[in-house]
Amino acid sequence: MSLRITLITAGRILRQLLNDRRTVVMILAVPALIISLISAIMDAAPAVFDQVGLILLAAFPFMLMFMITSITLLRERTGGTLERLMTTPTAKMDLVGGYALAFGVCASLQTAIAATVAYLWLDLDTVGSAWTVGLIAIVTSLFGMALGLFVSAFASTEFQAIQFMPVLIVPQLFLCGLIWPREQMAGWLQGVSDALPLTYAVKALQEVQVSSDLTAAMWGDLGIVAGAVVVATVLGAATLRRRTG
Amino acid sequence: MPPTDAKPSAPPPAITVDRLVVDRGGRSVLRDLSTTVPAGSVTGLLGPSGSGKTTLIRSIVGTQKVKSGRVTVLGDPAGSKPLRNRVAYVTQDASIYPDLSVRSNVAYFAALYGRRRADAMAAIERVGMGEFAGRLAANLSGGQKTRTSLACALVCEPEVLVLDEPTVGLDPVIRDELWSQFRALASAGKTLVVSSHVMDEADRCDRLLLLREGLFIADDTPGDLRAATGTENLEAAFLHLIRELEETR
Repeated sequence: MSLRITLITAGRILRQLLNDRRTVVMILAVPALIISLISAIMDAAPAVFDQVGLILLAAFPFMLMFMITSITLLRERTGGTLERLMTTPTAKMDLVGGYALAFGVCASLQTAIAATVAYLWLDLDTVGSAWTVGLIAIVTSLFGMALGLFVSAFASTEFQAIQFMPVLIVPQLFLCGLIWPREQMAGWLQGVSDALPLTYAVKALQEVQVSSDLTAAMWGDLGIVAGAVVVATVLGAATLRRRTG
Repeated sequence: MPPTDAKPSAPPPAITVDRLVVDRGGRSVLRDLSTTVPAGSVTGLLGPSGSGKTTLIRSIVGTQKVKSGRVTVLGDPAGSKPLRNRVAYVTQDASIYPDLSVRSNVAYFAALYGRRRADAMAAIERVGMGEFAGRLAANLSGGQKTRTSLACALVCEPEVLVLDEPTVGLDPVIRDELWSQFRALASAGKTLVVSSHVMDEADRCDRLLLLREGLFIADDTPGDLRAATGTENLEAAFLHLIRELEETR
């Protein structure tokens, strides 16, 4: 693995993205707009918005990274550029690192804009700091990237790649506590929820919501998400084959 | 490292294929192929589509899973790490990024090979794409995409250049220019393997490999092939070989 090639790869991926202005605008503006919409819907219950708006700050970059990673990597696989890269000095982890870096920059910008809007204009209120929320959002977004990397191996068209959203992403969103408190779910659903990494991102955010300290519970939950990033990245990298049939 | 001009008396072959067997989807695509490709030559790999040309090419660049046998390139196993700066591969469909300009595509591969931006511009000029350097690859014609893809390989100044049907759909003038470049590269000591299904390109090669149903039916120079079959042109020579083979079955 080489830092130089990882940076070159990240630069190439960002340049590709910059040539697609419409996508850039959507990435940066849409989450802030949706959070504003949710805030307007929940106008009568600011305490509920504090819960839901906060979770969305991590859920959006998570979904975004999943979508753009699965589709751009699928394009690399089907367009022949992946095979070509495998004949160059690029190592698999250079490619994965390049994607993580490039899309991590996108996720950070997206989170920064959405969080600025949420905290300054929509009166989102957390006891802990917005920086910690940002950190959790970025780690969660990397989990989305790693899942997208993995999924791109099992889709042969972009249409199929998008169909993995309802399979892998939506259940996590429904069960993580975003639409219904986990404690009020049936026992077996809580069990399923406990097995899903996004749940721990939400638990970490909820710690930040009630505590100004960086609690051990928060680090523990964030650590679980980070562990899931590593596992999913290793699984995803294993699907990048230098030799194929 | 570029090879020096001083040629040893018997230079080792650039590529050695030794009893190569490749199966795809339970079917034998390459059946026990052996050959050597001399350094500093243009070798034409000819055969109908489906004969296994791309599979053999992918085995040489090391992206094909092989069942048995071995391919050695410049003394190292095909696709191994030391070769990734020395062997370049141009795929059949242009493998470039449609959402990047010609310049950004070639500059990216230049950077991967540790070359400079100026080298990228030189490679773009060499394939005659200078005036389109700023254009997005998605907006190029098929032939322009192929040439951009070729520039992405030339930029690494490879010792071995493997090209899968690089001249399909190209303007005859550009096709002629490319073949002149291939000849010039071979004269400079580089080794080229070029697949094609156009027989009129065969005469521009130093050696020909004719592949049919996963087997070599000829491995010779164009001149010797004509002489051996008593035919005037190579198309006729190949037909002769195929008929001969079918009679012996």
